[in-house]
Amino acid sequence: MRKQLTAAAVALLLAAGLGGPAFAAAEEAVPSQHWSFFGAFGTYDRAALQRGYQVYKEVCAACHSMKYLAFRNLEDIGLNEAEVKALAAEFQIADGPNDKGEMFERPGRPSDHFKPPFPNDQAARAAFGGALPPDLSLMAKARPGGPDYTAALLTGFKDAPAGFKVPEGLYYNEYFPGHKIAMPPPLSDGQVTFADGTKASVQQMSRDVSTFLMWAAEPKLEDRHRLGLKVVIFLLVLCGLFFFAKRKIWAEVH
Amino acid sequence: MTTITKDGGASDTKSRRDFLYVAASAFGAVGAAAAIWPFINQMNPSADVLALSSTEVDLAPIAAGMIVTVVWRGKPVFISHRTAKEISEAQNAKMSDLLDPQADADRVQKPEWLVVVGVCTHLGCVPLGHQGNFDGWFCPCHGSQYDTSGRVRVGPAPANLPVPPYAFLTDTKIRIG
Amino acid sequence: MAFQTNSKLVKWIDYRLPIFTMAQHSLIEYPTPKNLSYLWNFGSLAGIVLVIQIVTGIVLAMHYTPHIDFAFASVEHIMRDVNYGWLLRYMHANGASAFFFVVYIHIFRGFYYGSYKSPREVLWFLGILILLVMMATAFMGYVLPWGQMSYWGATVITNLFSAIPVVGEHIVTWLWGGYSIGNPTLNRFFSLHYLLPFVLVGLVMLHLMALHQHGSNNPLGIDRKGPQDSIPFHPYYTVKDLFGLMVFLVVFSILMFYFPNALGEPDNYIPANPLVTPAHIVPEWYLLPFYAILRSVPDKLGGVLLMFSSIFILFLLPWLDTSPVRSGRFRPLFKQFFLIFIIDCCVLLVVGANPPEGMFKIVGRIATAYYFIHFLIILPLVGWFERPRPLPQSISEPVLGAGAAPSPAPAREKA
Repeated sequence: MRKQLTAAAVALLLAAGLGGPAFAAAEEAVPSQHWSFFGAFGTYDRAALQRGYQVYKEVCAACHSMKYLAFRNLEDIGLNEAEVKALAAEFQIADGPNDKGEMFERPGRPSDHFKPPFPNDQAARAAFGGALPPDLSLMAKARPGGPDYTAALLTGFKDAPAGFKVPEGLYYNEYFPGHKIAMPPPLSDGQVTFADGTKASVQQMSRDVSTFLMWAAEPKLEDRHRLGLKVVIFLLVLCGLFFFAKRKIWAEVH
Repeated sequence: MTTITKDGGASDTKSRRDFLYVAASAFGAVGAAAAIWPFINQMNPSADVLALSSTEVDLAPIAAGMIVTVVWRGKPVFISHRTAKEISEAQNAKMSDLLDPQADADRVQKPEWLVVVGVCTHLGCVPLGHQGNFDGWFCPCHGSQYDTSGRVRVGPAPANLPVPPYAFLTDTKIRIG
Repeated sequence: MAFQTNSKLVKWIDYRLPIFTMAQHSLIEYPTPKNLSYLWNFGSLAGIVLVIQIVTGIVLAMHYTPHIDFAFASVEHIMRDVNYGWLLRYMHANGASAFFFVVYIHIFRGFYYGSYKSPREVLWFLGILILLVMMATAFMGYVLPWGQMSYWGATVITNLFSAIPVVGEHIVTWLWGGYSIGNPTLNRFFSLHYLLPFVLVGLVMLHLMALHQHGSNNPLGIDRKGPQDSIPFHPYYTVKDLFGLMVFLVVFSILMFYFPNALGEPDNYIPANPLVTPAHIVPEWYLLPFYAILRSVPDKLGGVLLMFSSIFILFLLPWLDTSPVRSGRFRPLFKQFFLIFIIDCCVLLVVGANPPEGMFKIVGRIATAYYFIHFLIILPLVGWFERPRPLPQSISEPVLGAGAAPSPAPAREKA
């Protein structure tokens, strides 16, 4: 009995202590939302992914690159091969050198990665007074809270509380560590017209783009969950078989 | 095996026990085989390599008499816009003159466009275009010569330059692979 | 005893390289105490996790690029494009955590049952060496993805060596191959990270050789007196180890497939930036207790020395523990202090995860002090003054009511 109590006490201690730094880092506890991809049987909502991609393309891509994604990856969110080809061709991608030794631009192909808004980090910084809009490919995994954090951040712009000074060029955000973010509030109601007719409120857009960002960071989530289910069930069966085999073999010794 | 059966009812427990061991071992073996598959499959071409497994080429800028080299799956591919002279040379060659007999009609879809993989069938060097005695290619490594249809005329190469799978998307655009 | 077989092929091979006879002797008929608990599964589990790490590591190395401009991207290439790459990467990353989890339980089993006592001192030393090589391997492996935590963790830890007087700075420059962590560092860490697991395999083989010299310890801590105390390793412990392996794989799979990033740091999904330091630099959880000890001393050199001492002190354990009784089961006073020691290690882990300020600073210093007090003061004293419970006659008759008188506590002059 004492052993179990001690084990429980130790576990609680560890959980409390290790939860510590996570709370210390976020200024404000990020509200947790329900996401279709959470949990062992979670999947991505394809409609949300497509709306999220639209938000990224029309709003975020002006400043934020997403260099680990290729156009062909969009087949995963429900676009067919022809749509992906057409979409890629909308962009002029840098290529070269040609036979004359010059760099040139050509229409994008599905195998190309998303075109960044700036050719390099320095150019981006120059455009934004020294601030670099981070690449968004892994944002959902690079922040504690993941999609909860990105959604909270996008809806967390508000007036600074009395007495809190926000320097020129920065904006007050409830959930950004330090509360002073260089990104101006990017979303406003009705900014995007969704193809499926969903009303584009800031709330809706931040949820959809957060779903898209999670998929961009972890495109294999559904494969992982599916394979995981098969593996765990198979192993549980094996566990049972070996348990009974062990008992039978040890029956004489005990 | 030093197991000591306790009572006379051994045979029944023994067969039940054996089934358990067989079942456990069989499941275990299946599991092990399934577990090995990802380790083998990871060496197969990855998604980005597969995405580049076909290349589209715009034929419009290639003038008659020009040979253009493109890269397909890491290898050179010669696209030759053949002149009328080159076409007739290719079509009129005698089968008995060929080391690897093959009709020109079997190697092209449209006679003015020849598409062949530019890797010598001897030991893999890249032959040089518009050279050699047959108006085709000459391989500097060991002297093999190919004609205007990419067929080998002088060895040591044993076979014609291979024709990759390709299709005309429009009159001026092909997709290789 | 030579391997008995009808197969001519087996006999032909065995005559030239006696692998079958060796397997028969060491794996099949090998006499093992019959009372081993599930705590004895963790050694074979550790060996299996080592194999998992090596296999996943080798296939990952087929796709990874050890250059600062490409490392992070190559890991993303593995996660997104390589067939089952995501699985291999998560298996390797979580496998490292699993390896330490299993090894820590294995070590604490040794602590509790006196497995480090004579004649198993060298077995114990080899184990500590294995732990040290594991820590070095894991540290270098964590640098390879070239994320923020990779870069800054490496910077902090390699900078420690500058505390060595006279030659410290030169050693650090030599380690880095430059004036800061950079491409030369990454490349050499990749080479060494690939090498050390094979050094581990060698150490594990020595570890097993030392083990087989006198056989396994057991929960009672008393030696086997005769064949009635033993059972052959096969089929008893092969099936028990396999069952334990299945349970481990279930837990490991749940972790890998459903919570693959739970033990990691989100900051490591940000590419390394030498100009921006993360708010909190922390190593992986399995290095946290040592990190806490390091930071508990305000002096840099002092912290480094204390951190390494916390592991080197383990070499002295067979002599620091003065009790002639092996197993904690018969040592009521030792049991209490062992429990407190476990709690102390957990406290150190939690302290290591948090910034060294306020409560954590004070608690960290107390916990560090207690760690050394446990080994240097408590264990010797407890061994001297404790009255152990009477030991059973033998493994086969652990219940005193079997009529035999309990054997007296062994004399203190035991070699």
